[in-house]
Amino acid sequence: MAGLELLSDQGYRVDGRRAGELRKIQARMGVFAQADGSAYIEQGNTKALAVVYGPHEIRGSRARALPDRALVNCQYSSATFSTGERKRRRHGDRKSCEMGLQLRQTFEAAILTQLHPRSQIDIYVQVLQADGGTYAACVNAATLAVLDAGIPMRDFVCACSAGFVDGTALADLSHVEEAAGGPQLALALLPASGQIALLEMDARLHEDHLERVLEAAAQAARDVHTLLDRVVRQHVREASILLGD
Amino acid sequence: MLKSKTFLKKTRAGGVMKIVREHYLRDDIGCGAPGCATCGGAHEGPALEPQPQDPASSLCPQPHYLLPDTNVLLHQIDVLEDPAIRNVIVLQTVLQEVRNRSAPVYKRIRDVTNNQEKHFYTFTNEHHRETYVEQEQGENANDRNDRAIRVAAKWYNEHLKKMSADNQLQVIFITNDRKNKEKAIEEGIPAFTCEEYVKSLTANPELIDRLACLSEEENEIESGKIIFSEHLPLSKLQQGIKSGTYLQGTFRASRENYLEATVWIHGDNEENKEVILQGLKHLNRAIHEDIVAVELLAKSQWVAPSSVVLHDEGQNEEDVEKEEERERMLKTAVSEKMLKPTGRVVGIIKRNWRPYCGMLSKSDIKESRRHLFTPADKRIPRIRIETRQASTLEGRRIIVAIDGWPRNSRYPNGHFVRNLGDVGEKETETEVLLLEHDVPHQPFSQAVLSFLPKMPWSITEKDMKNREDLRHLCICSVDPPGCTDIDDALHCRELENGNLEVGVHIADVSHFIRPGNALDQESARRGTTVYLCEKRIDMVPELLSSNLCSLKCDVDRLAFSCIWEMNHNAEILKTKFTKSVINSKASLTYAEAQLRIDSANMNDDITTSLRGLNKLAKILKKGRIEKGALTLSSPEVRFHMDSETHDPIDLQTKELRETNSMVEEFMLLANISVAKKIHEEFSEHALLRKHPAPPPSNYEILVKAARSRNLEIKTDTAKSLAESLDRAESPTFPYLNTLLRILATRCMMQAVYFCSGMDNDFYHYGLASPIYTHFTSPIRRYADVIVHRLLAVAVGADCTYPELTDKHKLADICKNLNFRHKMAQYAQRASVAFHTQIPSLKIEDTVFHVFDKVKVKIMLDSSNLQHQKIRMSLVEPQIPGISIPTDTSNMDLNGPKKKKMKLGK
Repeated sequence: MAGLELLSDQGYRVDGRRAGELRKIQARMGVFAQADGSAYIEQGNTKALAVVYGPHEIRGSRARALPDRALVNCQYSSATFSTGERKRRRHGDRKSCEMGLQLRQTFEAAILTQLHPRSQIDIYVQVLQADGGTYAACVNAATLAVLDAGIPMRDFVCACSAGFVDGTALADLSHVEEAAGGPQLALALLPASGQIALLEMDARLHEDHLERVLEAAAQAARDVHTLLDRVVRQHVREASILLGD
Repeated sequence: MLKSKTFLKKTRAGGVMKIVREHYLRDDIGCGAPGCATCGGAHEGPALEPQPQDPASSLCPQPHYLLPDTNVLLHQIDVLEDPAIRNVIVLQTVLQEVRNRSAPVYKRIRDVTNNQEKHFYTFTNEHHRETYVEQEQGENANDRNDRAIRVAAKWYNEHLKKMSADNQLQVIFITNDRKNKEKAIEEGIPAFTCEEYVKSLTANPELIDRLACLSEEENEIESGKIIFSEHLPLSKLQQGIKSGTYLQGTFRASRENYLEATVWIHGDNEENKEVILQGLKHLNRAIHEDIVAVELLAKSQWVAPSSVVLHDEGQNEEDVEKEEERERMLKTAVSEKMLKPTGRVVGIIKRNWRPYCGMLSKSDIKESRRHLFTPADKRIPRIRIETRQASTLEGRRIIVAIDGWPRNSRYPNGHFVRNLGDVGEKETETEVLLLEHDVPHQPFSQAVLSFLPKMPWSITEKDMKNREDLRHLCICSVDPPGCTDIDDALHCRELENGNLEVGVHIADVSHFIRPGNALDQESARRGTTVYLCEKRIDMVPELLSSNLCSLKCDVDRLAFSCIWEMNHNAEILKTKFTKSVINSKASLTYAEAQLRIDSANMNDDITTSLRGLNKLAKILKKGRIEKGALTLSSPEVRFHMDSETHDPIDLQTKELRETNSMVEEFMLLANISVAKKIHEEFSEHALLRKHPAPPPSNYEILVKAARSRNLEIKTDTAKSLAESLDRAESPTFPYLNTLLRILATRCMMQAVYFCSGMDNDFYHYGLASPIYTHFTSPIRRYADVIVHRLLAVAVGADCTYPELTDKHKLADICKNLNFRHKMAQYAQRASVAFHTQIPSLKIEDTVFHVFDKVKVKIMLDSSNLQHQKIRMSLVEPQIPGISIPTDTSNMDLNGPKKKKMKLGK
């Protein structure tokens, strides 16, 4: 039996998208009352929930406090039921630690941390369903949650993944496409300035192709931005109605 | 619109997994018909014609498109490939099913789709909003797919009606499934079976022959007698192989005896490597090259390979009883020792059928439409085909494809594919030869030719970047007479410090063939230039091979140079690789070069250069032989023909001059230097060539032969083999040494290309070099092109590209190259055999010196047009039962068989 054809001659991917098209994105802000900020995002079948607390005083050891800026604390976890096979993951396993670290790097680059010296901002992200591009979904959810909390940021951070099949760059990989092997690149972008907050890839890819894959990921991230921007504006409109403005 | 596909799947560990996949439905997929306003311009690539005129069909006179289902595509691909069939809609559902079921057909359908003139359109119906169907409760996948195809066909018909009110355009559904057709007609879709449709094409009656005959039911009524036992299903075979009751192997039919075959067992088990099968029933419909499962018979039923030559001559099905008699004849009494493991085929794991070349043996009954086809390859059984043009096809070479082999049929069923031409015509025979050896020989396509440089071509400033100007050097080329693709040139000059500078300049083909374009892909596919007796099948288009890349004299040409500084003892002091521009001062033949070296009164630059080269070459050769390189002979015994009468005049061996080995020596040196360099630079993905040492058992025949003459051949190392071959001389029989060398060549393994990252044994046994590659003939070998690219990157003259540093891609290329080289070699041999065979031989009663002195009588037996053979009868020495008049062993013209016969005694 032949393997899966990731990109047909007609230019359609396994799920019917074209190479540069994103999956359907739906998002909501302010899903929890008691947190300072929260958001929920669905990118296709990948679903993530982000909660933000802070800025507040440093919890735990005071030695961790930074004199000139806020400490960003990120924690990632994924639900046991998030993947096809149920699997119990220990708290703080390698994968979650790495993801937490990546999120922290991303948000330290985006949040104006120098405005809140000696304080702490907590970002908790949980993946409820994983269908490829978990990092991207986490970043996008966390961005909305940070905005919801009203923490000043340089810009949105929009993330998207991209892969490379038969000389074509594919944006926003699904789980099927990720599992097929091949290079996969994760990009977090500050869309207004075009600055890159985080770029990660751990497969081999020839340098000649890198630019194209990077451009595909960046374009997809800009598309994500347009969508998130719409969500934020909608949320603000609803909030102002509620406030009776 | 979003649809979710949800299904449950069992995991390998036994758990149950829920898989949810997204499935997007789109509204922007075009129908492929140009001028369609609703999906205006949404289609791309080759699309359907707006008003398909042909083919004229009596069943549906209006213009129409065809929409075949999966089985039609799978089985009737020969019909669909015909230029008469155009405007076909291939559904995604169908294409996916084909992809899963047959890779070769999938490739063929993709090639057809890419052909602009065929107007095939692939419609992505699974992602179209209106043609997507969901699997219903209790419906299996096949039924769902059939329904999806019908829904798409219906949609198409309605969609085309919407285009304009008076539109007559129709989509005709082609299916061979009766139920499916009925359902389609119920739903108002015009549907026909493939047979009905093709028969209605009044303008193209010859298409009917190309239909695959699959109506097995009819056959069963005709002759109910079942000859073969049933093949077991794949699941049972796999079970059996796992448990060891069955063995899996490649089926190899015997050339000499149609009732016998061997199966090469896959796997590491050294002992039972080969299983013998004897008798039609035990062969059980397996065809040469199939992967089969065999069951070993009990030891009491084991047989020895028979020594009888048997050809299938029967015409009727009723000969089965006679056949059995023949089988009994095979089982002559033999000693216990000769018995080999014997088995029978229980099932076929994978069929490896391809279209076969051959001839039609017309049926005795004049009106009969069923005829037997005799393939040129004797290992392929005769095939029954149905055709109405038997009388026109008689005496022609034709191509036939096998469709199946029912249990009650003595022969497999097939259908006619193509007519190649008259038997015996040189062109037809060449075509057969190329097809049988799978040599790509079509003219280069427009896409390939578009990547050639524009004429008139000249060297530009840009070309000179990273290139050294060596036009001032006195460079010349030495080649066989009549050579137009000159890919190497040499020079040698004395430096001021007293050392010698030697340069090998190779045509810079990689400058013209850029990675990844159509030209590159085509040459990679061809792999090598194939030289036939009167024809050359080029790897690259002629403009490059005979002009721009050929290092002709007195023109500026781009080259890749390898320049050494050597002392007078031929020790390399410095090596330099560079891209260059050269201007060859002379293109010489071997004889001309030899003449210049030998004549005392010539002292020009070219001659001194040649003398210097010749001197160094001799030292190099000596050093190489001391290291244990082998000098072997290949049996280049050729019949020299009279150019007028085509009668053989003389038997001659290839003459070797000093200059031949001079050029060869420097080519070897260049190849070795380049191999070292690219391996140093790219330890993981250098393309190298290795020659494995043969296992000792291979030498048995050689040692035995020498012992019969009281000579000893040592085979423990290459060096001792070379030395003992040198000593093996017989004062009374000077040709013996050459014969032994020919025999030694036959003991060797095949040299192969490989990727350095995928293997750790690099040794080249024949050349006694630790590392070797091919660099010196990029015009006629693709391996050299890759090596050029690697070297260019290593010296910074060119940029790298992704596929170059991918060792798996490189390994794939090596695999193809090895295959093409082997096939090219076989094709060359076959071509020589054919050309020496055609003319009527008139050398009866000539004395051949072969191994032992024998006298034979030779005559040409042309009773079978496809396999003309030379009958050799032993005259002297007299051996009762073998020598004339009773001897009738059939011998091909190839040298080796003669010797084997002699050795057997």
